[in-house]
Amino acid sequence: MVHPEKQVCITGAGQSTVGRPSLRTALQLTLDACDSAIADAGLTLAEIDGLTTFPGPAGDAGGFSPVGATEVMIASGMKPVWVGASTEGHGHMSAIFSAIQAIASGLCRHVMVFRTVAEATARAAPRGGGGLPARATRANMWSAPFNAVSPANIYALYATAYFAKYGATAAQLGAIAVNSRHMASLNPNAIYRTPISIEDYLASRVISSPLRLYDCDTHIDGSTAILLSRRDIAMEMARSPIEIEAMGMGLGGLGIGRHVGDFTQLPAEAAARMLWSRTDLKPRDVDVAQIYDGFSILTLLWMESLGLCGRGEAAAFVEGGVRIGLDGELPLNTSGGQLSAGRFHGYGHTYEACLQLWGKGAARQVKGARTCLVANGGYGYGALLLKRG
Amino acid sequence: MTAVVQPGLAPRQLPAVERDSGFYWTAGEKGILLIQRCACGSYNHPPLPRCPFCGGDALAPEPVAGRGRVATFTANHQPWRRGMAVPYVFAAVELAEQAELYVMTNIVDCAPEAVSIGLPVEVQFERHDDVWLPMFRPRGLG
Repeated sequence: MVHPEKQVCITGAGQSTVGRPSLRTALQLTLDACDSAIADAGLTLAEIDGLTTFPGPAGDAGGFSPVGATEVMIASGMKPVWVGASTEGHGHMSAIFSAIQAIASGLCRHVMVFRTVAEATARAAPRGGGGLPARATRANMWSAPFNAVSPANIYALYATAYFAKYGATAAQLGAIAVNSRHMASLNPNAIYRTPISIEDYLASRVISSPLRLYDCDTHIDGSTAILLSRRDIAMEMARSPIEIEAMGMGLGGLGIGRHVGDFTQLPAEAAARMLWSRTDLKPRDVDVAQIYDGFSILTLLWMESLGLCGRGEAAAFVEGGVRIGLDGELPLNTSGGQLSAGRFHGYGHTYEACLQLWGKGAARQVKGARTCLVANGGYGYGALLLKRG
Repeated sequence: MTAVVQPGLAPRQLPAVERDSGFYWTAGEKGILLIQRCACGSYNHPPLPRCPFCGGDALAPEPVAGRGRVATFTANHQPWRRGMAVPYVFAAVELAEQAELYVMTNIVDCAPEAVSIGLPVEVQFERHDDVWLPMFRPRGLG
């Protein structure tokens, strides 16, 4: 059996400028990213026959997902045979997984996947009268009445339990934020580029214990586009494509308010198991990792789920930052991640993986990077093991 | 079971009282905490139409003792909304009836720095309009 992801390659990647807020509209930023990805691949707009996004247009004013695939299709002049998006699925990467299936099934040759956020613009807008939102339903029902207003509150529960079980410390967790900021200082399109020290981290205010300001990612305006192509076509293109060695998907109950275990593991385990079952490569073969950091604790939990270090060992692994630095054994979140480059919401991680594997990382290039592991998600879980062709 | 206390000053987004889960929010009027239980004996929360343990559909709300322990928690310091009093403690309480039977709640009548994993707690209800929010306080405060 040939896994569907092995029949698909990444042939282009593009990203808009980052803004906080941006002077460009969300739709303009999206077209910027798509244009950039198409040019990067050396394709033309007419050759793109599939279009998808995560999660599809959201009706609220928060800027979480201000642009849908239909608008992009019309505004760009793209003529896809297939367009789709869903809020459901294995988190951010669900659109990439859908694109892989659309190509592997023979429906499409080249699928554009984009993710756009305009959360900085939304927050800059004048607020309403300060009234309380309507009653909480679905998953929010189980947390909002207790003033767990932010996902920070949910993941802080995991951080507290993780600290207690494994004796992890604030200074260890803080290494994630310090590393991200250093990487961002080398990334011209990152939003926060001034390095911070571990002392700065420890002096920053607590948001929801033990999570501090620097443990939380930052809202931006921006868009990322990733272009996936059928493998046989990709192999004929001018540049060697990035091969998708394996994909992994997982989903648990956090999104509907259901928690299992002792709050020290995410249901990301399933995504990791699936991924490693589909390749002969092992965690030790990973040259560079882009691991979701909507909150720093998620990175530690993901690293353990993925087998990049042992259970309970991620905090010690990242401590001091040497092992996750550019010259370390596992360079981590080399764009600055969401903590410092900005919340491109999963797609910044995949974009950075492409830059690294194509050797376009410039000042932050990991020497000799041939394999990159990307993992996204806090409520739904997706992972890709990418390989330079 | 325990008294209903006056709501705190902080505004809250109240839960919708829905057909499948409304019992959780309204039973506090009678001073009881209701948790869905299956004929197989397993408790389940949040409610589902089928038992996640046996697959059966003979589920009904049943009173529980309203006691448990803090499984994990966080002290929230960020005032997310105007008028919000901080810090406050958001927690997962593991109810005594079953391992990993968690309810999300606030730990009240207790300084945030006095909360720890394993702290024994008991329910008390806080009324807001037509809902009685199950809050938890350290056990044995009287």
